[in-house]
Amino acid sequence: MTFINYASREINCKIVYYGPGLCGKTTNIQWIHSQANPEKRGKLVSLATETDRTLFFDFLPLDMGVIKGFKVRFHLYTVPGQVFYDASRKLILRGCDGVIFVADSQRPRMEANIESIANLATNLKDNGFDIRTIPYVLQLNKRDMPTAAPLAEMEELLRFHNEPMIEGVASRGVGVIDTLKACARQILMELQKN
Amino acid sequence: MDLVMFEEEFEQLQEIIGRLQQDSASKVVFLVDKNGQQIAASGDLHSIDATSLASLTAGNVAATDGLAKLIGEKEFSLLFHEGEKDNLHISIVGKRGILVVIFDQSSSLALVRLRVKRASRELQEIFVRVEERAQNLASESARFESPFSEITDEDIDKLFGD
Repeated sequence: MTFINYASREINCKIVYYGPGLCGKTTNIQWIHSQANPEKRGKLVSLATETDRTLFFDFLPLDMGVIKGFKVRFHLYTVPGQVFYDASRKLILRGCDGVIFVADSQRPRMEANIESIANLATNLKDNGFDIRTIPYVLQLNKRDMPTAAPLAEMEELLRFHNEPMIEGVASRGVGVIDTLKACARQILMELQKN
Repeated sequence: MDLVMFEEEFEQLQEIIGRLQQDSASKVVFLVDKNGQQIAASGDLHSIDATSLASLTAGNVAATDGLAKLIGEKEFSLLFHEGEKDNLHISIVGKRGILVVIFDQSSSLALVRLRVKRASRELQEIFVRVEERAQNLASESARFESPFSEITDEDIDKLFGD
């Protein structure tokens, strides 16, 4: 749910990174935090367990510049990926303007990817959204792993409505910014349409 | 529905928040959207990362909402966190607002609660007007010239430095 403030000339949008446990959601945001101009990003807030597994969410605010005289800010959130944190995932999706699904390319994780997409669809629906119409990007992460499934196979299993599909190695920053840009672009085009 | 805030309502919200901060003798008052965006603030803001506060407050409220529903309550409309020096009073305003008051020993919980109660009523009226205005805009979209209706691919490319 975009917040448009005509008084302060600001647009604030929320992007949520979703996916199964250990797929690279937090790694994506950490990479963005480490690479972004410090003047353009805020503090990275991470609510995590002692073993650095996301417990509730990660949060990073990002200034993207000015469009039509309005400062554009994106609030990036990740959800906890472990299965039993479903209640928290549903809460974090509240008011989101776009979703980035981070898939783990390793073949043994394919079932987890599929279940996570189904879970995303359910949680979006519970929040009044439709996975088929919300701005949505699919990132195929961990392309560097030896057990990474071929692209065609991943596309057949995970891509469902011609959404942008971007290869990534988030630990090295490959595809991270392209993924974010693709989602942000869709959100801004939605603003234009509406 | 997107939250659209025009100058008139924003200034009214800001005035109410400022008055609340003074009348409750508190250090800082924030008005935050339930999705984690800061709407307005008043007081000594320099020492506080307002963006993180807004996001964490919304997360806190969302988690507490979840707990409430688990035990059959509609919501917990009030949260109070007591610290050694500073205290945090969080209350829900209407359907989508969260009011955060940070106060120390210069004030008291009783005073804060009293002032928050009054301010919440006033803020709620503004929120209703904001929603009505947004709904009117949606139905009059042909006449309202949104600045975003002319966003082009070039505008977006420039944003990303392409």
